[in-house]
Amino acid sequence: MDSSSSVNRTVGMKEEVEDERPHVLVVDDSLIDRKIMEKLFTNSACKVTTADSGQKALELLGQGEEYKHTNINHQGPKINLVVTDYCMPGMTGYDLLKKVKESSDIKEIPVIVVSSENVPTRIEKCLEEGAQEFILKPLKQSDVKKLRCHMHFTQSIKGRFCIGRYWDSWRQIRGEM
Amino acid sequence: MASVTQLKRQYIEYTTSLYHEGYLNDQFMYLQKLQSGDDSDPDFVSGLASVFFKESEKILNILATAFQQKIVDYNQAADDVHLFRGCSSNVGAQRLMSVCLVFLNYCKEKNLNGCLWCLQQANHEYILIRNKLEALFKLEQQILQAGGSVPMMK
Repeated sequence: MDSSSSVNRTVGMKEEVEDERPHVLVVDDSLIDRKIMEKLFTNSACKVTTADSGQKALELLGQGEEYKHTNINHQGPKINLVVTDYCMPGMTGYDLLKKVKESSDIKEIPVIVVSSENVPTRIEKCLEEGAQEFILKPLKQSDVKKLRCHMHFTQSIKGRFCIGRYWDSWRQIRGEM
Repeated sequence: MASVTQLKRQYIEYTTSLYHEGYLNDQFMYLQKLQSGDDSDPDFVSGLASVFFKESEKILNILATAFQQKIVDYNQAADDVHLFRGCSSNVGAQRLMSVCLVFLNYCKEKNLNGCLWCLQQANHEYILIRNKLEALFKLEQQILQAGGSVPMMK
């Protein structure tokens, strides 16, 4: 049993043994933010892959251009959760979210949107598009612990993780309170 | 050669003054807490700081060039300042972050003099925080080399 699997997996590396840890894909154009989120998730015993753009993330999810025109199942790593920054040049986190939810192969993967700005219309937009949760940066270790509990669901949950920090804003927007 | 106790006391005093004078905010403490959650990566915070130094210098150079142009692209400058603000905010560099906020407003107003003044301030604050963080990490190394452990700030 290979117990020394590296935390960051590069695409193309052959996995000889099934790694039981949940696999998180962190997407953010800021290197520092990627490192911080990576640390948060590895502290919670997750495997982390990072991408510096939405485009790169789609490639890692097997949705890159080179896979689109083939029927070959991609050999990419199985991702259990996508955590994406909202504000990114080119493809925003929202654009990435849409593409994930529109794709038949990967729409079941939960997507968390994170942002340094608290904009209610942005939150609503993301949740409507199917984001599991919208969290304000900086993420707390406790947020990640709660997210980790939900990563083993095999079916998509229509609803929210109810982490709580934006649940009230969401309900206010919907007129539920 | 200072004793471990003296070094630790120096460290606590120095760190406290950095928070007190607004050089650092809670975010820095949060990063140190993150580091303490993983024994295998004792250079996490200093590693982040190195990235911060590199990115800051890159952005400051870009901004210097931007404001030397005949026609200044204020929208691009605002994007760069926004990035810089995010960078500073990520490591808890409070004073630098505050300068960036003022800078952002001047960019939006297309106020050249305001921008130039802010650029000067940003350079100044960046050098200050870089020196202070380097001094802090040096103290940490001294404590570790003397056989002690770095005190956790609350």
